[in-house]
Amino acid sequence: MAFASPHVTAVAVEATEFPDLARRYRVTGVPKTVVNDQVEIMGAVPQDTFVPEALSVLSAAAQQPEGRA
Amino acid sequence: MPLLSPSDQDQLRAEFAKMTRSVRLLFFTQTIGCETCPQTRQILDELPPLSDRIAIEEVNLVLDKERAAQFGVDRAPAVAVAYEDGAGDENAASTRLLNDSRIRFWGTPAGYEFISLVQAVLLVGGARESTLTDASQAALAAVDRPVTLHVFTTPT
Repeated sequence: MAFASPHVTAVAVEATEFPDLARRYRVTGVPKTVVNDQVEIMGAVPQDTFVPEALSVLSAAAQQPEGRA
Repeated sequence: MPLLSPSDQDQLRAEFAKMTRSVRLLFFTQTIGCETCPQTRQILDELPPLSDRIAIEEVNLVLDKERAAQFGVDRAPAVAVAYEDGAGDENAASTRLLNDSRIRFWGTPAGYEFISLVQAVLLVGGARESTLTDASQAALAAVDRPVTLHVFTTPT
């Protein structure tokens, strides 16, 4: 996805090496994808689902952001 | 001792031979407080002997803050996958333009992450086609604002 769009950055994070990030993003299972710190995608989902869900962050930006404790 | 078996090396060498662009793996490291940096370096060092189109550039996070900021990296070990413009003079590596693929690996690229790293090198190096469908490509082409995906994995 990153290679297909100049606006997309993809970071593979090794969760056990960076427990601070795993905590911040509430990672309880892998794989877990967090998009722009807003949209969360659990598990390995098919591309037809994954890409629209990931990019939904762009339309979701206008909506009420999810509350974070 | 190499981490890869001779047959794995042969298989990778054959895959890397299809590359049409040179890939540079920027390895972000720090001397103190990075237990897994030496292991990461060891894994990365397996790749350049398998292809003259793969190079490693070590970037010290503390000493080369500018380079780290350029690639948005603030922790180690981290790997950024970059590629060089094919039009450059082979003898003038430093003047060749370095393009950021915006594909990153934070943490040791071992196990499945090593396979992901190899896949990223092959994609960026032009050795394999994208697995994205036409629909995905079209959706991505319409993206006009920054989107950052953090994909959390574990090394199994």
